[in-house]
Amino acid sequence: MYNKLLLAVDGSENSLRATEEAVKIAHLCTECSIDVVFVADHSKTKSEVLHAQGKEELNYERRKKILPVESNLQENKISYTLYMLHGDPGSIIVEHANNESIDMVILGSRGLNALQEMVLGSVSHKVMKGAESPVLIVK
Amino acid sequence: MVDKIKKEWFSNIRADILAGIVVALALIPEAIAFSIIAGVDPMVGLYASFIIAVTISFVGGRPGMISAATGAMALVMAPLVREHGLDYLLIATILTGVIQILFGVLKIAKLMKFIPRAVMIGFVNALAILIFMAQVPHFVGISNLTYLFVAVTLLIIYVLPRFFKAIPAPLIAIISLTAIALYTNVELRTVGDLGVITQSLPEFFIPNVPFTFETLLIVLPFSIALAIVGLLESLLTASIVDDMTDTESDKNKESRGQGIANVITGFFGGMAGCAMIGQSVINVKSGGRGRLSTFVAGSFLMFLIIVLGELVIQIPMPVLVGVMIMVSIGTFDWSSFTYLKKAPRSDAIVMLVTVGIVVATNDLSKGVIAGVILSAIFFVSKISKLTVTRELRNAKDMYIVEGQLFFASTEDFLKSFDFNVENQEITIDFSNSHIWDDSAVGAVDRVILKFEEKNNAVKIIGLDNPSKEIFHKFTLKSNID
Repeated sequence: MYNKLLLAVDGSENSLRATEEAVKIAHLCTECSIDVVFVADHSKTKSEVLHAQGKEELNYERRKKILPVESNLQENKISYTLYMLHGDPGSIIVEHANNESIDMVILGSRGLNALQEMVLGSVSHKVMKGAESPVLIVK
Repeated sequence: MVDKIKKEWFSNIRADILAGIVVALALIPEAIAFSIIAGVDPMVGLYASFIIAVTISFVGGRPGMISAATGAMALVMAPLVREHGLDYLLIATILTGVIQILFGVLKIAKLMKFIPRAVMIGFVNALAILIFMAQVPHFVGISNLTYLFVAVTLLIIYVLPRFFKAIPAPLIAIISLTAIALYTNVELRTVGDLGVITQSLPEFFIPNVPFTFETLLIVLPFSIALAIVGLLESLLTASIVDDMTDTESDKNKESRGQGIANVITGFFGGMAGCAMIGQSVINVKSGGRGRLSTFVAGSFLMFLIIVLGELVIQIPMPVLVGVMIMVSIGTFDWSSFTYLKKAPRSDAIVMLVTVGIVVATNDLSKGVIAGVILSAIFFVSKISKLTVTRELRNAKDMYIVEGQLFFASTEDFLKSFDFNVENQEITIDFSNSHIWDDSAVGAVDRVILKFEEKNNAVKIIGLDNPSKEIFHKFTLKSNID
């Protein structure tokens, strides 16, 4: 069944809810593994580099965002691999899903309104369109 | 070696060429606008962008980064051009390059860690504000049509990309609005009104200045400021590109490379430049990763000017202003507002002072230097907080020292003791303290001597090993262990 899941996280509340759902699905089969994908958004890099005192702090801050997700997976004894990638979140998630033959992509929706979506663009929409596998959007 | 060249130049050929073309198109309006800020002909900025980008693609330390004529440098050099003219700017540019090569050889990039982030945030915000302010004379109070063109330019730049991304929106704005302005024959100032565009390659020449000590005194302060500002923006940009591409870069090589590029551009009639945050981000986002992208950006820019120079001078100023307003909005760090609320008060003040001094002096280097000094003072005053509490233990006097004991905290330290006691056994506990320098040891000595004058016996306890070492090195009281 769904043996290889991709869980896209950004450290937000929504990605924590997505993690809960991923845990449920992972429990359905015995040899399930999850690719946890965090994308450092290129559009935010300037501001993040500016606000961090050096490379180490920047990577630490990002890692800190995913810690709740990791501890949830560890508690539930689910095997996972963490990918810290860089680029446009939508495109990178799609690329990873299609290259790694993922069975299902799981991600949280940011719940933007129509105007925000026009300005910021919707990651979940992009993933839904681009990924070859089923996509579960958790709200 | 061959493998490295192959990887840095030819591992991403198609995307590098495309990204380089996108960057070249975005560079042209900026190079022209920055020339206008510096007070020189557009060709000076365009030649600089061509030569610097092409040179840095060979000698830079950060593949995929774009260097060219920049706003930060243009702002610093403007007073020099105003008072002494172009030839002095070219000599200053060459000298800037020499200083930056020295920076690279002396590995000054390492010192970047001493520049607090509050100062860096202040630096980019001040830069954004200055770029915006430089546009004001070109659109405020000229004509209603000018306002209209600026507004339409901004509208195209910000709305169009939501529907259509293949061609950069600023370019669409420039082409369509220039066409409209030409077709309708409206009264608008154009780039051509502010300078000449020559459709030829740059030529080597030695700037026409007297080679005297006096000339050196005129250009040196500018060259130092340019070297600092250029290195700062280049290293910040390199860190951004490092993170975006998840790779490392050689910061000292980059500093040397910037220097070499500036020396060469000075001899070919171009103004000093450095790495550009905005353009480098555009390059990486467009897929540029290798040295080839930077090379294409520079050479395609020159090609466009030679082919299309006549059209470039027809660009209406308000359209260029609109593009530069976008650049300043993109440069500003909008998360600064949350930073001001969340960061420690002293950091917020350092950031605001950096911005304030730059805006007041029009010189980014002054703001940075003031910001660094101010944050050093804040740091010293924060760390010099020292408390000494007095306790009675078994009817004996006991002083507990907490905090760092060094030149800035010795005064508080000395004031904390009651020297009126006589014939007592007094203990001073340093378990929660650290002794840093000879003035700290001197202060401890003075306390002991003062107590001993009135026949008290003083015991020092709790010194950690490094404190003990420095204490024994400087103390006059050899009877303390």
